[in-house]
Amino acid sequence: MSLTAGTQGGEASAARSVERAPLPDESAREPLVRIRNLYFSRGERQIFSGLDIDIPRGGITAIMGPSGTGKTTLLKLIGGQLRPDQGSVEVDGLNVHELNRQELYQLRMRMGMLFQSGALLTDLSVFENVAFPLREHTALPEPLLRKLVLLKLEAVGLRGARDLMPSQLSGGMARRVALARAIALDPMMIMYDEPFTGQDPISLGVLVKLIRQLNDAAGLTSILVSHDVEETNAIADLVYVISAGKVVESGDPARLTQSGSEWTRQFMQGLPDGPVPFHYPAPPLEKDILGAES
Amino acid sequence: MTGLLARLGRSGIIFLRHLGRATVLLLHILASMGEVLRRPRLLLEQLFSVGVLTVLIIAVSGLFVGMVLSLQGYYILSQFAAEATLGVMVAASLVRELGPVVTALLFAGRAGSALTAEIGLMKATEQLSGLEMMAVDPVRRVLTPRFVAGFISMPLLAALFSALGVLGGWFVGVGLLGVDDGAWWGQMQARIDWNEDLFNGVIKSLVFGFACVWIAIFQGYNCLPTSAGVSRATTRTVVHSSLAVLALDFALTALMFN
Repeated sequence: MSLTAGTQGGEASAARSVERAPLPDESAREPLVRIRNLYFSRGERQIFSGLDIDIPRGGITAIMGPSGTGKTTLLKLIGGQLRPDQGSVEVDGLNVHELNRQELYQLRMRMGMLFQSGALLTDLSVFENVAFPLREHTALPEPLLRKLVLLKLEAVGLRGARDLMPSQLSGGMARRVALARAIALDPMMIMYDEPFTGQDPISLGVLVKLIRQLNDAAGLTSILVSHDVEETNAIADLVYVISAGKVVESGDPARLTQSGSEWTRQFMQGLPDGPVPFHYPAPPLEKDILGAES
Repeated sequence: MTGLLARLGRSGIIFLRHLGRATVLLLHILASMGEVLRRPRLLLEQLFSVGVLTVLIIAVSGLFVGMVLSLQGYYILSQFAAEATLGVMVAASLVRELGPVVTALLFAGRAGSALTAEIGLMKATEQLSGLEMMAVDPVRRVLTPRFVAGFISMPLLAALFSALGVLGGWFVGVGLLGVDDGAWWGQMQARIDWNEDLFNGVIKSLVFGFACVWIAIFQGYNCLPTSAGVSRATTRTVVHSSLAVLALDFALTALMFN
């Protein structure tokens, strides 16, 4: 299986050299996810105010933005775990928030999600974690289920770790197991919530390559939420940069890196000061320091 | 005065909101009971975790409570030359009151707190969200087997507590203090009523078990997904369960024994 071969060796420097499969003819196909005029707030805090996003089929779409801009919240809205105050989220033509529980669960069986923490079930082994969705939703005979699970684990390079418990895995391994579990039911799309956070360079390279290769080999649609600019740009076909509840800019990574927008440039190049100021709003320093003495 | 009223009103609204959420969760659990019948293995695992692992503390406590009851009872009853009724006193105290109440308090401290912490940690580590995104209802898969296991375990543990309490009392009363063995068992057999004593005790332990496990599961499911949130929820489980058990005990005793 080419996926396995692709993950062995040279991963640390692979981020920039990941090859992209040609995108399907977008003009001929509807976006898989269509978000329109989305409003969402938590208490007094407005997270989204009129967000519009289209996620094309077959590619990797990155949602980027500083911490606290609601990137994870957006994934939960797409997955139907949260309800918007206003607006709509359509996945494969279905309005997620108009579905009843059973219809929503049917839709979720066609979605995979990789949580930031991995969200593995801690009382089950690696094998049982990957087998879990298959056991819950199919009536496959045990020998066939075993083969499927081993193939999924092979795809993420962890077939040999099948008997380990989650507590015995490193952070990177846990995410790869979670990835194998996310693709267990052969979903149409996968949502990645900050997959690169806290990873060492080798794990980072493995994850970058796996996300791209799984997307292309299995014909998935991937939504990648991250603020790791370099790794995300290496694999994304389309990037949305969001801030203050709206899309600031969107396009392919190369174009965004050269963006004329000061805000986008600051974010993409990681500049410490700019439209997002280094200092949290405060009275002048002299007033704070000298005012206290007088 | 207005401020006090406002605070009271706010607390009342928060209490009602929590009660509403807990009731919705309970209805969801009750509607998911079929899962337990469909997959009994899930229930068996929880019966072990919630019930079997609580046996030791219940057994030891029951034994010692019975021994203390027997000691205390003997010194009071002997003043009226009524030592022969010691067995009745010990057994009635255990099956009517101490068995269900002390078992429920210990159950809340051992199994209830463990349930809350487990569910809370599953929430904090996104395992419950993960289940939802895998199209698996966490209430059906995680909460319902735990609820049923707790509800079944409580009366069995209370029965064990009472039985060992009677044996502990017998050891002290008959074995150490010299009460007549025949009087101990004979009086007990004659005076302990199946309906009034035993059946009411079972009803109490079922009600306490229901309350304890409902509180424990709700606190875990409703906690803030942080370490502090799980810690607070675990504490609330023990405090709320203990208060609920004591209040329910008074209400049930008043109803049962008029």
